[in-house]
Amino acid sequence: MKEEMEVLEQTIGSEYKYGFVTDIETETVPKGINESIVRLISKKKNEPEWMLNWRLKAFAHWLKMEEPKWPNVKYPPINFQDIIYYAAPKKKKALNGLDEVDPELLKTFEKLGISISEQKRLTGVAVDVVMDSVSVATSFKKQLAEVGIIFCSMSEAIQNHPELVQKYIGSVVPMTDNYFAALNSAVFTDGSFCYIPKGVRCPMELSTYFRINTENSGQFERTLIVAEEESYVSYLEGCTAPKRDENQLHAAVVELVAHRKAEIKYSTVQNWYPGDANGAGGIYNFVTKRGICLGEYAKISWSQVETGSAITWKYPSVILKGDYSVGEFYSVALTNHLQQADTGTKMIHLGKNTRSRIVSKGISAGKSQNSYRGLVRTGKNAINARNFSQCDSLLLGNQCGAHTFPYIEAAHPSAIIEHEATTSKIGEDQLFYCRQRGIDTEAAVALIVTGFAKEVMNQLPMEFAVEAQKLLAISLEGSVG
Amino acid sequence: MLSIQNIHAAVEGKEILKGINLDIQPGEVHAIMGPNGSGKSTLASVLAGREEYEVTEGSITFLGKDMLELSPEERSREGLFLAFQYPVEIPGVSTTNFIKTALNEKRKYHGLAPLDAVSFLKLMKEKMQLVEIDKALLTRSVNEGFSGGEKKKNEIFQMAMLEPKLTILDETDSGLDIDALRIVASGVNKLRNKNNAIIVITHYQRLLDYLQPDFVHVLYNGRIVKSGTKELALTLEDQGYDYIKEAFGATTI
Ligand SMILES: Nc1ncnc2c1ncn2[C@@H]1O[C@H](COP(=O)(O)OP(=O)(O)O)[C@@H](O)[C@H]1O
Ligand SMILES: [Mg+2]
Repeated sequence: MKEEMEVLEQTIGSEYKYGFVTDIETETVPKGINESIVRLISKKKNEPEWMLNWRLKAFAHWLKMEEPKWPNVKYPPINFQDIIYYAAPKKKKALNGLDEVDPELLKTFEKLGISISEQKRLTGVAVDVVMDSVSVATSFKKQLAEVGIIFCSMSEAIQNHPELVQKYIGSVVPMTDNYFAALNSAVFTDGSFCYIPKGVRCPMELSTYFRINTENSGQFERTLIVAEEESYVSYLEGCTAPKRDENQLHAAVVELVAHRKAEIKYSTVQNWYPGDANGAGGIYNFVTKRGICLGEYAKISWSQVETGSAITWKYPSVILKGDYSVGEFYSVALTNHLQQADTGTKMIHLGKNTRSRIVSKGISAGKSQNSYRGLVRTGKNAINARNFSQCDSLLLGNQCGAHTFPYIEAAHPSAIIEHEATTSKIGEDQLFYCRQRGIDTEAAVALIVTGFAKEVMNQLPMEFAVEAQKLLAISLEGSVG
Repeated sequence: MLSIQNIHAAVEGKEILKGINLDIQPGEVHAIMGPNGSGKSTLASVLAGREEYEVTEGSITFLGKDMLELSPEERSREGLFLAFQYPVEIPGVSTTNFIKTALNEKRKYHGLAPLDAVSFLKLMKEKMQLVEIDKALLTRSVNEGFSGGEKKKNEIFQMAMLEPKLTILDETDSGLDIDALRIVASGVNKLRNKNNAIIVITHYQRLLDYLQPDFVHVLYNGRIVKSGTKELALTLEDQGYDYIKEAFGATTI
């Protein structure tokens, strides 16, 4: 019995595979944060006046705010003065193709098994590589431009499409929204910008691989996706990070805007360094992701597979403003060792006949804590709002925890809100049954976990599902071989 | 093919098996009977390699290999199959996928390529008829929400798919109605051949009527206290276990 559990622990306790550091010269600003750092970042990025003023306003607001204490996570106080707020790979000139990309960087991607060239060839995915806050390569731009799609880094968007950025930035996640969103608004360094014009169906999955790479560099990406009427886009976000000894803060903001009959599908595979078996060195991931269905029949769908980070604090949400709009949230969150995750979603029903669906699958192993926190709110005018939530937890071993905190605020009596929750455990009996059939513990755990997560995995775009499957498998890989 | 010699086994420090000897040749069917708590399932678990049962003494040879050196999955891939007394539910994993995984693990172990989808489906179809299992069950999660009879049928279906050399049926007949018993028993009979062997653990004559065992052993208090041919089972059916208890009860404690 004991032995079985040990094997189980080993199986799910594989070391982080992507722990290496790329040697690329980086240009950094001094540690710490104050008004002049905010000004310096803006200046380094050659930003227009309005952008700087927006940052300064956010910074002033952040100073008055306090770190949230309500999530079910524990961590030592973050010293915000000990963080480098800007780091950019040294760039000689603008890049036209992959051959101009730093070979070191290409090697890094090769190690990750996501070499851009391979991806381009095999999947036709346009990859806007964000390495340490600044984009160093963009592909497929021309093809996208032909149909009028703008897909570029946030910095470029600020330079080339200021009217769009100014119109939408902070319109979904206001700078005052929460502590980490305010901080991000003040010091964000880069991210992706995506604009789909009216009636255009984006011909390919848009993808960005994030990578944290500079010692002590806080990561403050800012992503903005705008889908005009009757347009469609599927956006993929994925990331891995090198091994670290110090905790790294990551506080991104993602804003999605879907106009009438537009659909945005946003998929994430998150595999940041979770810390070692003792929890040391992992990433803190405090991210604000929110979308708004502005017009009728708009649809926003979040799918995520989360296996990384020491601490995750994340609630991709949808504001259902347009009548008949639809919000979806599909999530697999796997925690192991001493990882802590407090994740979930908010579905805010404002329009009439709006629908939302939540499917959350939490997998806890080791001594980890995995919490689901979901809010379903229907406003005064949200006639006939419907929500269905399914929250399942799977426990591996006896030392981990799963918690579910569903909050329902229904202001209109016509709302139909359904919530189902289950908790199950991979038991020794199940493992022995599998082993008796010739399936070893490692394969058995993978089989059970894959089955458990299936409903969410099915939501991911094909090529991404493969990547996600790989990440789940890596998190489950044993020390054998 | 199987030789059990003087096996002693304990769970949580308590000795359950107190010196079991048993030899099984290919083609044979051995019945093991005995009152509840006498150690029948424990013997099955020890053979399958369940780690909470500690073997303190003795040896087991299976197809020329030291079985105690093998992990449960290796024993399975070598050809041991245990039809569980209480089959386990595995939510989220379809029965088909489960069996496919098991089969391919076994093939890998023997240096064979995984079965392609077409051949696998063909094999499934063939074996489904053999044990008269409903196709719909196979798309559902392993044993989840199955009735008692369906679980037992599923065990026999897996046996059919994996084609083991040695099968242990642990009270596969308990909880089955007459029809289900007939189906399960005739399924097992169809799977029998001169190269494989079966250990059938049961309390009841009715399964033995179908299977016609070559040998019957009575397990009591961790020991095989009596062995005989199929007539022994009839005597037990007639007289119950009381005479066994009287004869061996006092002396074994
Ligand atoms: N896992 C276990 N933990 C503690 N005692 C056990 C365990 N398994 C079996 N036993 C004990 O061993 C004895 C034999 O049980 P078992 O092999 O299940 O008997 P049978 O199958 O013949 O009814 C019983 O006294 C039972 O309580
Ligand atoms: Mg028993």
